[in-house]
Amino acid sequence: MAIAPFAHPRGLEIKLRATGVSMTFHRDGAMTKVLDDVGIEAREGEFVCLLGPSGCGKSTLLNILAGFLKPTAGQVLIDGQLVQGPDPRRIFVFQERGVFPWLTVEGNVGFGLFKRPREERERLIAKYIKLVGLQGFEKAYPMELSGGMKQRLEVARALAVNPDMLLLDEPFGALDSITRLLMRVELLRIWEAEKKTIVFVTHDIDEAIQLADRVMVMSARPARIQRVVDIDISHPRDISSPRYLELRDGIFEQIGLAHKV
Amino acid sequence: MTAAGIPAWARPLGVIAGLLVVWHVAVARQPAHLLPTPFAVAAGIVELARSGLLVKYVVASLFRVTWGFMLAALIAIPCGLAIGWYRRVEMAIDPLVQIFRPISPLAWIPIAILWFGVGDLSAIFLIFLASLLPLMLTAINAVNSIPAVHLNAGRNFGLSPARLVSTVLYPAVVPQLLVGMRITLGLAWLVVVAAEMLAVNSGLGFLIADARNAGNRYDLVVAGMVLIGIIGLLLDAGMRSLEKLRAIRWGYVEE
Repeated sequence: MAIAPFAHPRGLEIKLRATGVSMTFHRDGAMTKVLDDVGIEAREGEFVCLLGPSGCGKSTLLNILAGFLKPTAGQVLIDGQLVQGPDPRRIFVFQERGVFPWLTVEGNVGFGLFKRPREERERLIAKYIKLVGLQGFEKAYPMELSGGMKQRLEVARALAVNPDMLLLDEPFGALDSITRLLMRVELLRIWEAEKKTIVFVTHDIDEAIQLADRVMVMSARPARIQRVVDIDISHPRDISSPRYLELRDGIFEQIGLAHKV
Repeated sequence: MTAAGIPAWARPLGVIAGLLVVWHVAVARQPAHLLPTPFAVAAGIVELARSGLLVKYVVASLFRVTWGFMLAALIAIPCGLAIGWYRRVEMAIDPLVQIFRPISPLAWIPIAILWFGVGDLSAIFLIFLASLLPLMLTAINAVNSIPAVHLNAGRNFGLSPARLVSTVLYPAVVPQLLVGMRITLGLAWLVVVAAEMLAVNSGLGFLIADARNAGNRYDLVVAGMVLIGIIGLLLDAGMRSLEKLRAIRWGYVEE
């Protein structure tokens, strides 16, 4: 009997499957191939990181998964259904400034709940404001919040509509390094509580290893998936453990970076 | 003396008072009556107020500006938003806009009189023309500068097109629209004076032309100018106060 591979902590059902995805942009007569035959999979409830250098096309891939862009070739299936456009079942969390500046914290969190009856809407708004720790700021406008609070607000707005998938595009990229660390802890706590499938784009190797169940390492443009790394460390992760450092070294090597400054 | 010791609100008043003194001394020292003294102008304003003409003319001018500007806003803003949304339409009409833009609204005065005669309608038409293109261009630019992340977020939450317009597009353009409306209202106020000199027989512009023609009453000419300036300032301040609303203020702050 074959020994079972590393047992995945979450379900084994495939939530997302992208196959043969290629993307070519035409601009001013020039063609730029951004994605070349990319295939990825994410299981139900899994936390997947797309890791690659800046400008490699990982954001483009995420926009395709969200349905904002149509790939030149290939297809994306979510729950076995072809993705043909944006859908509230999978919410994209933007790099920065994705919250609506003309709405208060409450207004932003309730933005996607326009079909719900008033009482339910208010209950959900209160629930998700609490989940991301923004109590006391219900009536504040985004310009009155710090960068980390705005990012948490956007996560709350996304979660409030109860999507089964979150697509995060370098959500903590604009934050200072201490806030980023805290936000990672927050996100993992929320992920544990809400059991969503998460696809998280980052160019930060440590961020990927701290967060993900699996890291998909992408090459420079045109991007391909170079390697998929299982992060077989349980949460909370000790970021100075030998296994963590080993995984980190492996990815550094894969990307072709010497990790000496 | 340093300016630092004077409260901020008093400084502009100090500058104005200083200017009035210089004005008075300069006029008093030369006998050619190139300008009435500040006292003569103040007396002129009092005279206008007593005779009831002040209120009548101010109301007449504001009436024309209000109608011309409102009609232009009602047409130009929805059209501009739609044009800005559809890039191809914008590119198609752009040359036409660029041809009409350099034509001063005052160049339309003969045509306005031909179509509407001497009277309110002519003046309103001229103000309408003066406001139309600036407001339309403001609306087009406002749509073009909505961040894609906001529109994408709206689509992501499954909004119908009508809902996307009312809950994302509209609030996103309001700050820029307000600035454009404030600037255009200032322009309309400039145009009403010129229009009233030629196309009607009431209003502050008419006052200035009439005071000169009927007896060289330069005290009333300058009184009219002062009134125009003060009302222009109040209009601008009124529009500016809207920009301070909490739900709109984000549009004017660099993060």
